Amino acid sequence: MDFDLTEEQRLLKESVDRLMADAYGDFEKRKRHQEHPQGYSPELWAKYAEMGLLALPFTEEQGGFGGGPVETMLVMEAIGRGLAVEPYLATVVLGGGFLRLAGREDMIPSLAEGSATLAFAHTERQSRDDLFDVATTARRTDNGWVLDGSKSVVLHGDTASHLIVSARTSGNRRDRAGISLFLLPADTAGVSRRGYPTQDGLRAAEITLEQVKLPAGALLGAEGEALPLMERVVDAALAALCAEAVGAMEALHELTIDYLKQRKQFNTTIGSFQAVQHRAADMLVALEQARSMAMYAAMMAEHPDAAVRRPAIAAAKALVNRSADLIGKEAIQLHGGIAMTMEYKAGHYFKRLTMLANQFGDTDRHLRVVAEAGGLDNAA
Amino acid sequence: MELRYTPEEVAFRDELRQVFQSKIPAEIRRKVSEGRHLEREDIATAHRILHAEGLATPNWPVQWGGKDWTPVQRYIYTEEIQRNAVPMPLSFNVAMVGPVIANFASEEQKKRFLPATASLDIWWAQGFSEPGAGSDLASLKTSARREGDTYIVNGQKTWTTLGQHADWIFLLVRTDPAAKKQQGISFLLVDMKTPGITVRPIITIDGAHEVNEVFFDEVKVPVGNLVGEENKGWDYAKFLLSNERTNIARIGLSKEKLARVKERAKETPAGDGTLWDDPDFRRRVAIAEIELKALEITQMRVVAAQRSRAADKPDPNSSILKIKGSELQQMATELMVTVAGPYAAPMPSHSHNEPPVGPDWADAVAPQFFNFRKTSIYGGSNEIQRNIIAKAFLGL
Repeated sequence: MDFDLTEEQRLLKESVDRLMADAYGDFEKRKRHQEHPQGYSPELWAKYAEMGLLALPFTEEQGGFGGGPVETMLVMEAIGRGLAVEPYLATVVLGGGFLRLAGREDMIPSLAEGSATLAFAHTERQSRDDLFDVATTARRTDNGWVLDGSKSVVLHGDTASHLIVSARTSGNRRDRAGISLFLLPADTAGVSRRGYPTQDGLRAAEITLEQVKLPAGALLGAEGEALPLMERVVDAALAALCAEAVGAMEALHELTIDYLKQRKQFNTTIGSFQAVQHRAADMLVALEQARSMAMYAAMMAEHPDAAVRRPAIAAAKALVNRSADLIGKEAIQLHGGIAMTMEYKAGHYFKRLTMLANQFGDTDRHLRVVAEAGGLDNAA
Repeated sequence: MELRYTPEEVAFRDELRQVFQSKIPAEIRRKVSEGRHLEREDIATAHRILHAEGLATPNWPVQWGGKDWTPVQRYIYTEEIQRNAVPMPLSFNVAMVGPVIANFASEEQKKRFLPATASLDIWWAQGFSEPGAGSDLASLKTSARREGDTYIVNGQKTWTTLGQHADWIFLLVRTDPAAKKQQGISFLLVDMKTPGITVRPIITIDGAHEVNEVFFDEVKVPVGNLVGEENKGWDYAKFLLSNERTNIARIGLSKEKLARVKERAKETPAGDGTLWDDPDFRRRVAIAEIELKALEITQMRVVAAQRSRAADKPDPNSSILKIKGSELQQMATELMVTVAGPYAAPMPSHSHNEPPVGPDWADAVAPQFFNFRKTSIYGGSNEIQRNIIAKAFLGL
């Protein structure tokens, strides 16, 4: 048992923290990044590439740095603290995860240099967070595939250069078997996208696929057997989201404590009131519990046995969600009116934490996964 | 970063598990597992077996019978004792007065007290709380007036756990009535057989005689029984309390209880199947297990940080462990009441001729649930822990 970072991990953490401090330390800068047409700064994305962050999870043979879940955790924590808007989760964690596990090394160089960005198009109008609920179809033709259907709230789907789309190649809408993944350039004929901003300052898109003709090679992984792969990649993304949440909660807690030490009412700092102090202490308890579970998620993220991995990751997300809920709401309440303003940072952390808690399943869903698995005691 | 145990740590754990399961009588472990009241002899038997195995005082200095273990090994030891439903060695001896004597007492006192404290030839009680000094411990009034080579002790202590069995008591007493609160306090060792001491039972809401009031009326204590310096007792008390808090999360105990909750839920008929088939019940268990997993890792982070921390400096995170650890112990005992359902209600029968009402474990669950409300009160109430976090950690 050991919680120490290696020398390389320590250096990675330092450099990502520095990048985020430069890019986001002044909160006004975030607004300027968001004003770019794609919703984030291409110059900043180029810096991610320059620092090797976009190549982080790939092996050295693939042109990467061989980073694992702990390295991803360090990057995502910094992203959470910075409240960063770049498509790291969509492109590197999700997209990169699919490329890596489905053996599509050919795309890695363009992803690593920052020219290609990816989006994972899985949600549909009726599916909520059931990855296996897929109505979009892919029909085999003589020389490839034809896709029809629509995808909803696709994270960074409006600006991604490539899409990874889940589609049904056989079976019924809610069958676990018969789902396949396709990798396609976003400008393929028949793909239409409607982009929009999301509540937490990111962007997403509604995507319609109408008679989208793809070559045979667009199939990612084995035909009809995509669900285990999707679950594996989504579990890694959930671990990454746990880390992002910890970064955001840590920053929001610090912001709140600083405010409690400055804001005066009744001729004293509001942090001197016990009613306030105990709530600030409970926020710290929630933060440290979440930090522990983000570490647990990182440790379990690549466990090959889904029966062990799924409840462990679900447990982490459920606990992180509960902490995020408590810390987000308490931060607003303890700040008072100032945190209700668009101008001040605290509300933006709250909004990101709220949306993050819903990504890839809410608390109820993850608790159900743990409960149905018979609990957690066998999971590690 | 690696959260799993090394093969050496796993081997160490298995070795301890083997000792605990094979050497401690099954009847005692059953009582602990069912949350039943332990007799003096149960506690003494388990303590003496552990002592004979060299496992009663691992956290003491090596020269006084401690082990040269890593922080991780110490954690594994505590967790395994609890998971295997072995009574902890008497905490007043092992975790409280022993380390204070080893760190602050004279050589003569160490020789006189430490071996007998380790072997339980002396059973210690803790004399800290008073009727008017609970969370505000430093407001204690029990006095020790010096007359020549003797202190004359007057006053009252309360919540004295297992004081009815005690041979000796360690006391916080006021030796300088003029000094500011914390400054006039001393740490005294007192033989319970000394004339002028009266012990009266307090029966708690679970019906048990676990705690007592202890009265001191002109009790003569030799000055040689003072630990360390006069009027420095508060420093020793703080040291003792921080040791107490480090092990207070009792993660192994909550794990053991949640395992029993699940085992019994699977045997408890409900609806067309068992209680374990009820999704609402399972959800509550899931929440408890998830919080417990998080706390276990938080505890390990504290343990890992101890490597780079001076032995007498407590980690501020120990307050987090106290708050969450006590909440989880309470949650586990509450779940057990749910499992028992209607059979939580009947009072335990003390007649051996009558068969138990309901499952044979069920009569103990409500008393333990009632009893465990104490966990968020003792050891510095959870509100005091929040004060500590706010002041010492957040700087508010």
